[in-house]
Amino acid sequence: MLQRIRERLSPTDIVMWSIGAVLLIMIIWGSVATLVKGVYSAHHWIDFIIFGLAQGSIYALIAMGYTMVYGVLRMINFAHSEVFMSGPYTAYYFAAYFYRSGLLESHPVISMVLVFIISMTTSTVIAYFLELIAYRPLRGAPRLVPLITAIGASFFLQYVFRGLYGSGFQAYPVVKALEGHWSAGPLRILKYQALVIVAAALLMVALYQFTQRTRLGKALRSVSEDKEASALMGIDVDRMISMTFMVGGAAAGAAGVLYAIMFKQVHFFMGFIPGIKAFTAAVLGGIGNIPGAMLGGIFLGLVESVGPSLFLDGLGIVAPYQLKDAIAFSMLVLVLIFRPTGILGERLAVKKA
Amino acid sequence: MNPVSTQRFPGIPMGLIGGGSLVLLSLIGMVEAFNQREIISDVISMGQSLLLFTAVFIAYLAANRSRGRGQGQVFGAGITAGLIMAGMLSLLVLLDQAINMRQVFINASPALFQTLIFQQEELWAGIGLLLLAGVLTGLAAGLLCLLPAQLRRVLITALCSVAIVGLLQDMITPVLSKWGPLAELNDLLFPGNGLSVSGAVGLFIVTAALTAAWSFKGQAVQTRIQAMPPKSRHGLNLAALLIGVLVLMVLPQVLGLFLSEVMTIVGLYILLGLGLNIVVGFAGLLDLGYVAFFAIGSYTMAILTSPELGFFDWNFWEALPLAIFFGVLAGVILGVPVLKMRGDYLAIATLGFGEIIRIMVLSDFLRPWLGGAQGIGKIPKADIAGFEFATPQEIYYLILAGCVLVGFISWRLRDSRLGRAWMAVREDEDVAQAMGINLVATKLLAFATGAGFSALSGAIFATKLGSVYPHSFNVMISINILCVIIVGGMGSMPGVTVGALALVGLPELLREFAEYRLLVYGAALVAMMLLKPEGLWPEATRQRELHEVEGIAGVPIAAEEPAELNR
Repeated sequence: MLQRIRERLSPTDIVMWSIGAVLLIMIIWGSVATLVKGVYSAHHWIDFIIFGLAQGSIYALIAMGYTMVYGVLRMINFAHSEVFMSGPYTAYYFAAYFYRSGLLESHPVISMVLVFIISMTTSTVIAYFLELIAYRPLRGAPRLVPLITAIGASFFLQYVFRGLYGSGFQAYPVVKALEGHWSAGPLRILKYQALVIVAAALLMVALYQFTQRTRLGKALRSVSEDKEASALMGIDVDRMISMTFMVGGAAAGAAGVLYAIMFKQVHFFMGFIPGIKAFTAAVLGGIGNIPGAMLGGIFLGLVESVGPSLFLDGLGIVAPYQLKDAIAFSMLVLVLIFRPTGILGERLAVKKA
Repeated sequence: MNPVSTQRFPGIPMGLIGGGSLVLLSLIGMVEAFNQREIISDVISMGQSLLLFTAVFIAYLAANRSRGRGQGQVFGAGITAGLIMAGMLSLLVLLDQAINMRQVFINASPALFQTLIFQQEELWAGIGLLLLAGVLTGLAAGLLCLLPAQLRRVLITALCSVAIVGLLQDMITPVLSKWGPLAELNDLLFPGNGLSVSGAVGLFIVTAALTAAWSFKGQAVQTRIQAMPPKSRHGLNLAALLIGVLVLMVLPQVLGLFLSEVMTIVGLYILLGLGLNIVVGFAGLLDLGYVAFFAIGSYTMAILTSPELGFFDWNFWEALPLAIFFGVLAGVILGVPVLKMRGDYLAIATLGFGEIIRIMVLSDFLRPWLGGAQGIGKIPKADIAGFEFATPQEIYYLILAGCVLVGFISWRLRDSRLGRAWMAVREDEDVAQAMGINLVATKLLAFATGAGFSALSGAIFATKLGSVYPHSFNVMISINILCVIIVGGMGSMPGVTVGALALVGLPELLREFAEYRLLVYGAALVAMMLLKPEGLWPEATRQRELHEVEGIAGVPIAAEEPAELNR
């Protein structure tokens, strides 16, 4: 028995599992120490959790694009973070115009819906052309080639937008109707955070229903299942791949406006970090899996906002909030190492992950 | 899209694509930024030639598609494309008259539109000129298309060399002006900002003559060299090598301070590129966190030598082996967890590692040891027996020595048993394992070697700057290095040099480029992957492989095997 275990365990496995065990012990120790010390009250934790939910639902929306494209093409669309950036950055100029003309104050709903539509349209158009120019000619190329193209396209788009709109931070206009907070007993929720959570949840439900119920959604799923068979069934595979990019782009555009509402600024480089985080979320949930991406996004958002205070404060680390990105990236690496199939284990990842 | 209809009037779609590109180039500010530099004094600036080259290229593509349908069709396609492009630019100018675009597009300045309408006072006269220029562009492209191939090549080479000489004025002037007779030539060529008209014409004639001579006689010279007995051919190679070494040795003295500084930066990128070339080019492991090892080398050097932190007070040569050792160690430690990952997963995991290390260094938590956001300063210079490597001209030799060492090691490694194992792993991991290659050891050795080279260049970087900051080690550096080896040609060592010169050296020389460097990088990566995935100076096997099995460049999707889709 022992012999068999020893045969199956390679030295690298042992190293890996011991690293994992050490990390787990540190996390538990840190959390217990933080809770025992009691620096943060229940109010703090609730605030952290709501912030995490809001941030996580934005990640989840962006993660849709990654996961759907991966499901269809088995490639990481590195430039998706720029698709995400392009929408709110373009819509900013309309939002600022609405703000100046007073429309944002008198008709906040109409103007916000317009801003959403503009942002989603821009992102969709960018995603469509991205696929057409950068990825379509590369179908069937070795795996590294489209990945490198994606990195190139990502930089190209970033700096095109920088050239067009300038390199400064643009402050998104504040919507009067979204200032302040609602409270119910001990629960206190900022209005804009509530809007972000609700809007993201609605969009995700709509997207899920779209892929599950509509004819188009079924065609999308069938293409990601098996391209040749779908082509034989009369589905235009190339059009469906375009459609995948466009649906993902629209989700990213909506997520971008939510992001701008939450952090109140746009910048040409704003896509990079949320993009990587959303990719992490997609991997976390099981890449290629739409409900997984939702779950992964929300989980990542929560870990990121609760984690630094919970795990690191107890270990006596100074300014733990600075390390929140490190926590997210560590999660990415750990998931890739220990469970590359993600939470909702998708069989896709088994094929040459 | 119906392929037949686009084939019949290729001028229209090409013109629309070209017009879109020209409008984009204008709006992102490239035209205006490049307008500062004249290529030929008072005749054409860099911004104008950027537009002109793009327009002629697109019109040429349009005309080329109509080839074989008679001269009229060729000229027709070229002129249509040219007119559409000019028309789109005119629309942009008119749009600016109607609304103030500057509120959104910060580069849509009056100066830009003045450039577009040839500095004409009268708007409509300017637009007329613009349309005329479009027609002329189309005519020129059609003419170029109908010329015999040899003549076309001579013409294009001569034009390009005039443009390149005009662009590199800042590099050529300080070199030429050092010696008496050459200084006169320099004054003749560059009287002020840009080439003189007579200089440009002279240069055009000389290069055209040289290209023509080479295209008639080049074949004969090559066969003569081939036909030489092996002994004298060997001698010729040796002589070429000696001349190369001599040139490299005296280069900083010839080039002067600024260009030596540029050379040191290029050299550092060559060092880094050679290291990443082992990981990505030889072993096929896409590592996007490569900058981490560069940072580890720099920080080890800084901690061991800088008196600022007060832990150690070593000198450069004592700290160097330890810096490399820590780099190698980090390569192994970060390599173990990612052993089982492939392709894009590996890329993302290593990207994560790189970012984790940068965030940790930046954090207040490790500040007492690593200096936090302020970094570590007062790193001493390297010295040998009293000779201190302080100025760029001296550090150049340090970097040259590093490059020669690393180049030699990777050249020897490539043809070794290990190098062949790396390439086998790159081609197919499973087959390589079945052939008895120890995957764990092979991959870890690739990571460790690459990391060691990276740490070496990090250590040199630290002593070159005299201080290290966490901001010097962001993910852009990893991407830049990746671009260098991909543009140069993956797995090819001369390619790394070419890539570093083209991607790092050129932007340093063309200051206007600095703002658009990453834009050009991105476009270059995409274009490279679409058109020439093997790179500028490809490795022989890789070129064969990419062109035999997988036709990437321009193969329509319909022509591919359906099975390929599922890769």
